[in-house]
Amino acid sequence: MTGVLVLLRRELRLALRQWGDVAMVLSFFVITVVLFPFGIGPEPNILTRISPGIIWVTALLASMLSLDRLFLADYEDGSLDLLVAGPLPLMLVVLTKCAAHWLTTGLPLIAAAPLLAVLLNMDAAAFPVLIVAMALGMPTLTLLGAVGAALTLGARRGGVLLSLLLLPLYIPVLIFGVGAVDAALGELAVRPHLLFLGALFLFALVLAPWASAAALREAVA
Amino acid sequence: MANLHKFANPTLFLRLSRALLPWCVGIAVVTMAVGLYLGLFVAPPDYQQGESVRIMYVHVPAAWMALFVYTLMAVASAVSLIWRHLLADLVAKAAAPLGAGFTLIALATGSLWGKPMWGTWWVWDARLTSVLILFFLYLGHIALTHAFDDPGRGARAAAILALVGFVNVPIIKFSVDWWNTLHQPASVLKLGGPAIHPTMLWPLLLMAVAFTFYFIALLFLRVRGEIAARKLRALQLARAAR
Repeated sequence: MTGVLVLLRRELRLALRQWGDVAMVLSFFVITVVLFPFGIGPEPNILTRISPGIIWVTALLASMLSLDRLFLADYEDGSLDLLVAGPLPLMLVVLTKCAAHWLTTGLPLIAAAPLLAVLLNMDAAAFPVLIVAMALGMPTLTLLGAVGAALTLGARRGGVLLSLLLLPLYIPVLIFGVGAVDAALGELAVRPHLLFLGALFLFALVLAPWASAAALREAVA
Repeated sequence: MANLHKFANPTLFLRLSRALLPWCVGIAVVTMAVGLYLGLFVAPPDYQQGESVRIMYVHVPAAWMALFVYTLMAVASAVSLIWRHLLADLVAKAAAPLGAGFTLIALATGSLWGKPMWGTWWVWDARLTSVLILFFLYLGHIALTHAFDDPGRGARAAAILALVGFVNVPIIKFSVDWWNTLHQPASVLKLGGPAIHPTMLWPLLLMAVAFTFYFIALLFLRVRGEIAARKLRALQLARAAR
C-alpha cells in the first residue's frame, strides 16, 4: 500500500511540476469546442442539440492526447524498467498511474465541461448528468488508453497509431456518455445509460490493467 | 494438447501446407464457380428486392469471413502469447490484411446493395456501423504489427491488441445496437422473414465454402511467405554480424 501511495505522490508531483501539460490539454479541450460554433453556425437550437456530442468527442480526444504522459517519459528515461522489476505488482503500478492520470487530466476536463456546456447553450438541468456521466466515463477512457499507450511504446509514429488503436474502443463510452446527457435533455430515463457507463468502467478496471501490464512487459523485455 | 504442438513446427507446416494448398485452391475454385452460377443465373430473384438480391451471395459470405478471421486472429494471438509459438504470430499477422479485405468487400457490397434498396449508399444502420468499426479494428492491428523495427515486438503487441479487440467486439456491437435503436427506429427490412428457400440457400452455402477455402489458401501462401521473409532476415542479420 505504501508503494502505491509513494508512486501516486511521485506521479502527482511530476504532473504538478510540469503543470503546462495539464494546461495544454485543457486549452485543447476549450479551443476545439469553441471551433464548432464557427463550423456549424451560432444558432442556439442546433448547438443545444449537438452539445453533448461535441463535449464528449472533444473530451475523448483531449484525454487521448494526454496519454503519452502515462508511460512514455518513464520508458525513455528507464524508470519503467525499475517499476517493472520492482516489488509493486505491475497491475497496481498501471492502476496507480491511471489514477494519477485521471486526477490530472480527467478531473480538470470534467470541471471545464459545464463551462463549455454554457457556451454551447446546453440546458442547465442536464449539467449534473453531464458531470456524473463524465466522472464514470473518463476513468474508462484512461484505463483503455493505458493499454494503447503501453502497446505503442517504442513504436514509430506512436501518436497517430494510438488514435487508430483507441478510438474504435472508445465508441461504447461515447455512445452511453452522450446517451445519458441526451436523455437528461429529453427528460427520459438517465439511469440505464449511467449504469452501462458504470459497467464499462468496472469491466475496464478489471481487464485493462492486466492487458497494460502484459504490454509493458513486452515493451521493456 | 501436447500432440497438437507438433503442428506449430514451421518445417512441418511448410510440408503440410504445400500438400494441402492445391486442394484448397481447387475446392475454392470449383465451389465458387458453381456457387456463382447458381446464385447469378439459377436462383430466382427476390419478390421484394428483385435482381439486386444476388449481391447477397458475395456480401453474406464476406461478412461471415470478416468475423471468422477476427476470431481466428484472436485464437492465434492467445496461442502466441501463452505458448510463444512463432507460427501463431505469423498466422495472426498474415490473417489481418485478409480479414480487412473481407470486411471491405462486405462494406462495399452492402453499400452497392443499399443504393437501389434504401436509395442511399450509406445508412447508420447498426450492422453496417459495427462492421465499419470492425474494419477500423483490423486497420489498427495491421498498423501496430508494422510499427516496430523488431517484428517480434510488433507481433506480440498486436497479439495483445487482438485479444483486447476481441473482448470489445461484443461490447461495441451491443452499444451500437443500443445507440441505433435510440437514434432511429428500425427502418431496415429484415432478411429472412420466412425461412430462406433452398434455391437461394445452396448458392449461399457454396459461396461460404468457397470463401473459406479461398481464405485458407491465401493464408497458407502468406504464412509461407512470412516464414521465407523471417529466414531471409535471419540470414541477412547473420551475414551483417560477420
